[in-house]
Amino acid sequence: MNFLPLGDCGLLVEVGAHADAETISRVRALADHLAQLDLPGIRDLVPALCTIGIHYDPEQWRDVTAKRSPYEILAARIQKSLPDLSALAASDGQAREIPVCYEADYALDLASLARMQGLSPEQVIEMHSGVQYSVYMIGFAPGFAYLGPLDERLTVPRRETPRTRVPAGSVAVANQYTGIYPGALPGGWHVIGRTPLRLFDSSCSQPSLLRAGDQVRFTPIGVAEFRRLQDAKQ
Amino acid sequence: MTAEVIRAGLLTTVQDRGRFGLQHFGVPASGAMDAYALQIANRLVGNADAAAALEITITGPVLKFAADTLIALSGGDLEPMVDDKPVPMNRPVWIAHGRRLAFGRCNAGCRTYLAFAGGIDVAPVLGSRSTYVRAALGGVDGRALKAGDRIVAVSNEIAYCAALRNSAAFLRDGFAAPRWSVQVQFERLMLRPQRIRFVAGRHWELLAPGVREQFTSGTFRVGASSDRMGYRLEGVRLESGECGDIASEAVAFGTIQLPPDGNPIVLMADRQTIGGYPRIGEVASADLPLLAQLKPGDTLRFECITLADAQRLVHAQAVALKQIEASIETSLNA
Repeated sequence: MNFLPLGDCGLLVEVGAHADAETISRVRALADHLAQLDLPGIRDLVPALCTIGIHYDPEQWRDVTAKRSPYEILAARIQKSLPDLSALAASDGQAREIPVCYEADYALDLASLARMQGLSPEQVIEMHSGVQYSVYMIGFAPGFAYLGPLDERLTVPRRETPRTRVPAGSVAVANQYTGIYPGALPGGWHVIGRTPLRLFDSSCSQPSLLRAGDQVRFTPIGVAEFRRLQDAKQ
Repeated sequence: MTAEVIRAGLLTTVQDRGRFGLQHFGVPASGAMDAYALQIANRLVGNADAAAALEITITGPVLKFAADTLIALSGGDLEPMVDDKPVPMNRPVWIAHGRRLAFGRCNAGCRTYLAFAGGIDVAPVLGSRSTYVRAALGGVDGRALKAGDRIVAVSNEIAYCAALRNSAAFLRDGFAAPRWSVQVQFERLMLRPQRIRFVAGRHWELLAPGVREQFTSGTFRVGASSDRMGYRLEGVRLESGECGDIASEAVAFGTIQLPPDGNPIVLMADRQTIGGYPRIGEVASADLPLLAQLKPGDTLRFECITLADAQRLVHAQAVALKQIEASIETSLNA
């Protein structure tokens, strides 16, 4: 476990060097642990793939003798609180079913992605919807979830030219992740379907439908069902 | 209603200190670009730290007051005036109903904070009144102000400096301010190239020595596409070299990223919560208000300091701010 400064009001706790399944799950366990510690002056805890970002107020971690910096004091405090990593278990995330319409009107890049990978569109849908994903982290935009592991045959770099506007609810893949655009946003991921669900709602106290650690499965739906669910949302 | 927006200006938004505690849901912190100026403006009208004010950018709005109102302006000098008569900054000002507050040129800096006694009355969204335009959160319908908008201030229990409303100046000019003011060094805002201190980031040591030298010796220019999310810097292209495969992780206000095109980006108030580019470092928090007052075309240089020094600067600035607040309080209650 490594401590790194993130400027004078932040620090990073690095759990592992590579974003493998074990590291990602430890990051989540450590994030739960840190949230429960409820340390003073912590503004935000941001779990990512290998690290947790801690945004803090250095004024609340000042040593009046000024022998040690607030960073050193906070890092030491966290270090002291750390249980054995193997004893850290992440709480179970919620299981979520996300209905996805993979029909052509909503799957802007499904045909080109399939061609690129030498697959049929049906095979892509089967690979994408046939497995359970974990939410690795939320970022890029409010409520934007990075999910994995993605079938290796679907891992492709981002589009060379990003779209200026990807429709809300678009389900997309890029690199080793799949994700869902919570709102209409610019983006370079390959769009292979769309969900009628609302991923982000600022009127809720947990504004993001998904949170890190949730278990997600995509369920293919037809256009009629997509429209029905979309109407029901309004 | 307190005031009506006659003209909106370039980018006038409601901002408070920011939206904290939700970055793990991907919600940006947002908040004032120059939090120091926001705090002074709030204190000058007797507001709590958490009150929301208007952040006014480069070209200011025209506001028509519907009631006698206590305001304060702090931050960049955008030549505020009431009916062509200059309005002093960094002190409380009573403005008479029916009068118009307008702005002229950027004399120093590019963002000014207009606080209303009581704070701006908009509904908090996810714990903050700050406007985040990209996701339409907070402020007035999640957007910048436009002509026809109405600004409502929360009514204040105490009417500070109320005697000013009986002064001859108030009746004659439509506004009046006390003789005292907070001393602000506009000269420091106008230093060019501006001096911005930073703390080395996690990929600093991976940059070639020549690249590090280029970063600390070169003069950068704030690019035209800079905004509340990030400042794109031009002038010296840096080779990112062997930073390897970088997993996205938390970024901070002031994180200096190095994208593949070699032009550094400094992340500002509306930054995303995570980023995946190599990081040169993080701007010292004490210098963020100076950076936030730079507009496209302005020049700056970077100076590397230690983390311990940066945290000492945070403390020194907090102490200075407390002294200013104490003297404002004494003056307001005199």
